[in-house]
Amino acid sequence: MDTLLDVRDLHVEFRTRDGVAKAVNGVNYSVNAGETLAVLGESGSGKSVTAQAVMGILDSPPGHITRGRIFFQGADLLSLHREARRQLRGARMAMIFQDALSALNPVLSVGAQLGEMFVVHRGLSRRDARARAVELMDRVRIPAAKERVGDYPHQFSGGMRQRIMIAMAMALEPDLIIADEPTTALDVTVQAQVMELLAELQREMHMGLILITHDLGVVADVADKIAVMYAGRIVETAPVHEIYKAPAHPYTKGLLDSIPRLDQKGQELYAIKGLPPSLLRIPPGCAFNPRCPMAQEVCRTDEPPLYEVAPHRASACHFWKETLDG
Amino acid sequence: MAEAVLQVRGLVKHFPLTRGIVFKKQIGAVRAVDGVDFDLFQGETLGIVGESGCGKSTVAKLLMRLEEPTAGRILFKGEDITRLSGKALKAVRRNIQMVFQDPYTSLNPRMTVGDIIGEPFEIHPEAAPKGDRRRKVQDLLDVVGLNPEYINRYPHQFSGGQRQRIGIARGLALNPEIIICDEPVSALDVSVQAQVINLMTRLQKEFDLSYIFIAHDLSIVRHISDRVGVMYLGRIVELGNEEQIYEHPTHPYTQALLSAVPVPDPEARERRERIILAGDVPSPANIPSGCRFRTRCWKAQDKCVTEVPPLAVPPALREVGGPAAHESACHFAAERDCAPAGG
Ligand SMILES: Nc1ncnc2c1ncn2[C@@H]1O[C@H](COP(=O)(O)OP(=O)(O)OP(=O)(O)O)[C@@H](O)[C@H]1O
Ligand SMILES: Nc1ncnc2c1ncn2[C@@H]1O[C@H](COP(=O)(O)OP(=O)(O)OP(=O)(O)O)[C@@H](O)[C@H]1O
Ligand code: SF4
Ligand SMILES: [Mg+2]
Ligand SMILES: [Mg+2]
Repeated sequence: MDTLLDVRDLHVEFRTRDGVAKAVNGVNYSVNAGETLAVLGESGSGKSVTAQAVMGILDSPPGHITRGRIFFQGADLLSLHREARRQLRGARMAMIFQDALSALNPVLSVGAQLGEMFVVHRGLSRRDARARAVELMDRVRIPAAKERVGDYPHQFSGGMRQRIMIAMAMALEPDLIIADEPTTALDVTVQAQVMELLAELQREMHMGLILITHDLGVVADVADKIAVMYAGRIVETAPVHEIYKAPAHPYTKGLLDSIPRLDQKGQELYAIKGLPPSLLRIPPGCAFNPRCPMAQEVCRTDEPPLYEVAPHRASACHFWKETLDG
Repeated sequence: MAEAVLQVRGLVKHFPLTRGIVFKKQIGAVRAVDGVDFDLFQGETLGIVGESGCGKSTVAKLLMRLEEPTAGRILFKGEDITRLSGKALKAVRRNIQMVFQDPYTSLNPRMTVGDIIGEPFEIHPEAAPKGDRRRKVQDLLDVVGLNPEYINRYPHQFSGGQRQRIGIARGLALNPEIIICDEPVSALDVSVQAQVINLMTRLQKEFDLSYIFIAHDLSIVRHISDRVGVMYLGRIVELGNEEQIYEHPTHPYTQALLSAVPVPDPEARERRERIILAGDVPSPANIPSGCRFRTRCWKAQDKCVTEVPPLAVPPALREVGGPAAHESACHFAAERDCAPAGG
């Protein structure tokens, strides 16, 4: 399979008044065409910042990429010219945000916003662009697309707005889509509609998909492989079936163990103790060590590298073997 | 069976829809809560689930008497509290407390943690003599697993999970019998949610509390609840114990809702039979006639357009008995296998 996107040892920091926040501290992941990578991790772990760096929309300053490389279809993105990157966005890579209402322009009709893509990138006339907009709305199953193409974002329900965002991302048939919590703000029944649509379009167009989420259920449903982030690092990567069966990092194991299970009804849930660290003061050694049930002295002094656990599997834990075994 | 601490009968809340600025004219109503009935028994947890806008928070506010009901009755230990006011209302309020969803905005940023948790004592001075309050607040901090020395800190110095503990401590201050939890863990990280759920379970046993637990995470509701009510467009459409609702749902909406929950098990991917509902939830200002779910229901018949199905044990299911025989507001209530939520 051809590697579509390859992120290597990416580091991003925010230089703020309170100090330097090390938001991303060595992220490695890759996605192939037609593949879905789920990026999982708690709030503030650097999932969105990594995605913004890939898309070239990092808030800079205060954000700075201090190390690492990003390859997209073989090209080294970080050495590309600003204009060349702008050309890629929308046409070859696109992003879907969590909050469609704030991502869409409130004073432009959705038809105008969808059509704009074709006017700018494909040089279509307004009229042809509008026809394409209707097609797209049909495709993401907005009922009565023709009548509603002139409506404004607030006139649609949350689920419909999210589908319009998907339509916008799909418009130019990009090779890579990054969906940042695309269904978090939606109800479960609507979430199911939207995920189904996204998966279907991805299959059809053979796109690479990076799905950022904190929902272990959604991951199990759609992902081919997972990257788990903690305090700005990837702590574990694995094919989806393997990680649920036997996690190789104590953080992943803790997350899976804290899902309520039927046979535990009425009992205490397993809970990872403590809190995620402040990015201004990441603990030395393994960032997870203050919360980790497996931690030994070495975890407080030495930062664990990403150990290869099996082909296509890696874990940043000194005791990955012990974790894997039980 | 245990005693019912709370009985809710025919509870209704309509918000007027008006047009015009100077001369307001009512042009309709948002039927946020549209006839809700349930009992809450001593020491139990009643879960309430349903999609955004179905009226869960409005029910909670009505029970707290933060909103005036349009119709219906609320009984606390047999006493009708629906129209109480003044002193009598204050006395009842001591017994019913609430924990809110958003730990970031529900605490006053300019008050210390001690003042926040002790605030109920200002309103109910009889609950703790002045000299005793500081110690009581420190006890409460200890009970919810926070360092009693934090009493002079401000909310922004705490994480989301810690703030939710502060909210719970405040809820416990007056020794209430009922705590209404409106999405108490939704805003928290997965790794912190389990900590707060465990705390709430422990406190329930320790203080013999009755909980109404509102949430949209069906697997958490299942874990913590004895009974569960499923709401749709202002009404409870199915009500039963945890096993009846999750293993033997008979209302099509409950079935669709459960089938839509992603299961954290990749092996189950191929086995799942998902019901994808067509269309969006209708507006509560324009509720369909007959069965309010009929516009999205794959089983709907003519009868569903004309007749409102009552929330009762359907006769056909009552005859068969077993776990499928529980309250379900559907003319064609029947079991169907659907993947259970959460493992
Ligand atoms: N523009 C910015 N200025 C300063 N700090 C920022 C900025 N954007 C992000 N950060 C910081 O970088 C860290 C990582 O943020 P990021 O948004 O990537 O987290 P996340 O994993 O996506 O979390 P969530 O699940 O909450 O979306 C956070 O601590 C955040 O405060
Ligand atoms: N003060 C009000 N005035 C007018 N309409 C209101 C008011 N409060 C609530 N509503 C409407 O009543 C309906 C029910 O709202 P409610 O907040 O109870 O829903 P919910 O089930 O708690 O939803 P969520 O899961 O999003 O919290 C919604 O349509 C809402 O817009
Ligand atoms: S390296 Fe140590 S502290 Fe970190 S996860 Fe592994 S055992 Fe725990
Ligand atoms: Mg994010
Ligand atoms: Mg609510």
